Amino acid sequence: MAEIASLGDAVQTLVSDGDSVALEGFTHLIPFAAGHEVLRQGRTHLELIRMTPDILYDQMIGVGAARKLVFSYAGNPGVGSLHRIRDVVEHGWPHPVEIEEHSHAGMANRYAAGAAGLPCGLMRGYIGNDLEQHTRVKRVPCPFTGEELVVVPALNPDVAIVHAQEADRRGNVQLWGIPGVQKEAVLAAKRSLVTVERIVDGLALRPGGIIIPGWAIDVVAEAPRGSSPSYSHGIVERDNAFYREWDRTSRDRDTFIAWMDEHVLT
Amino acid sequence: MSSATASSGAEQRPASAGELQTIVAARSLAGKHSCFIGVGRPSTAAILARMVHNPDLVLVYESGTIGAKPYHVPLSIGDGELAETADFVVSVPEMFNYWIGPGRVQVAFLGAAQIDRHANLNSTVIGDYDHPTTRLPGAGGAPEIAMGCPEVVVIAPHSPRTFVEKLDFLTTKGDHTTLAITDLCVLERIDGELTLATLYPGVTVDQVQAATGWALKVAGDLQTTPEATAEELSALRELLSRD
Repeated sequence: MAEIASLGDAVQTLVSDGDSVALEGFTHLIPFAAGHEVLRQGRTHLELIRMTPDILYDQMIGVGAARKLVFSYAGNPGVGSLHRIRDVVEHGWPHPVEIEEHSHAGMANRYAAGAAGLPCGLMRGYIGNDLEQHTRVKRVPCPFTGEELVVVPALNPDVAIVHAQEADRRGNVQLWGIPGVQKEAVLAAKRSLVTVERIVDGLALRPGGIIIPGWAIDVVAEAPRGSSPSYSHGIVERDNAFYREWDRTSRDRDTFIAWMDEHVLT
Repeated sequence: MSSATASSGAEQRPASAGELQTIVAARSLAGKHSCFIGVGRPSTAAILARMVHNPDLVLVYESGTIGAKPYHVPLSIGDGELAETADFVVSVPEMFNYWIGPGRVQVAFLGAAQIDRHANLNSTVIGDYDHPTTRLPGAGGAPEIAMGCPEVVVIAPHSPRTFVEKLDFLTTKGDHTTLAITDLCVLERIDGELTLATLYPGVTVDQVQAATGWALKVAGDLQTTPEATAEELSALRELLSRD
């Protein structure tokens, strides 16, 4: 059964300097509040894992919290670049960060293998593109047909952090809308934190809802609006204006630092 | 297609190059079963196709929404409206392993920063991988989408920066690409090479060649794209004005 804790206590208990941490949520339910709490507690040298780094990792990497980024698409969806991540890769500012890059299918299969307790995931992909030379994949023949396939190493982060709409008082979690890879990330990780919009007496099962049982989660913390400026389907809408405005806020180093100091770090 | 009355009537502005590109992309989805789309112009084109040519077209977004019927052009591939209007919603592993990989989605619309004559795409870096001059967002779903979907249509602006002799990085292979739809013309992939097949009205072969970084093959039966109809144009403008 998951422990129910405050967000501050949850991050303190679960996240240490140097950990590999996956904060997942595929355009939806991005755990901004938890990521910001990690920054406020001064965690550093993190290996940050996320399919779509989005604004959250632009912020976390921009302030220098990461030593490594594992990802598959680092853009501001529908807007353009993530300027802080570009600055790190192109100019090493504020300090160089190691990059490990995959395709979405590669990352999805890495999480699925991690959740399954397997050492690797099997897929078609990568063969013949330049990514194959720059990332961790291996070709293997299918032992039954001889077809040339690819294996990707399982992802087993030290900590997975995801956001969901609801939990009950025993820490059973339900999320609905776009499910992304959150269930896989939680099951693949050594430790897990789920932040939720609200804690309720009982979960009302939703069509298409994903349940993660409390006994498969370490800590649940209430964090209303914890996914903003992304969204929590049915509860909080996506702040598209913020995503557009971030393009301006993040372009300049000083503007970015001032914004983080004012809105996140204090 | 009926020549329906346009809302702006006889004074309708002629289509811009970008509008015609979107309209041509929408036309390419007539008679298709399903289309995988990203944000921006591909999404606009696919929604327009459902409005004008193909109301039953199944729109598939990378976020896991299958059969989405958005009223607005979404900003991100994961906008709430896509999940609300979808026939069903799946996880990312299911999307790639059950739907994209085995070829269940017929057409994919992809974009890229660079494309070569074989329709290979770069969306990773400009310059050297370890020391790029411009770090682009990266592969996302493109490599496996382009392997899985039987037909790939590339939608890109036509310039020598985009249509290059040599990619800085090969992110996505062009083996399944059938068309590249630009703001000047439509290229068809014939015998493995992108070949100028259809010019937009008023565009010349020289103009397209000047915007292409390799010696472009021209189809023997080079065609001219039919002008945007009043129905197509008013539907597109109405779509983009929705709030």
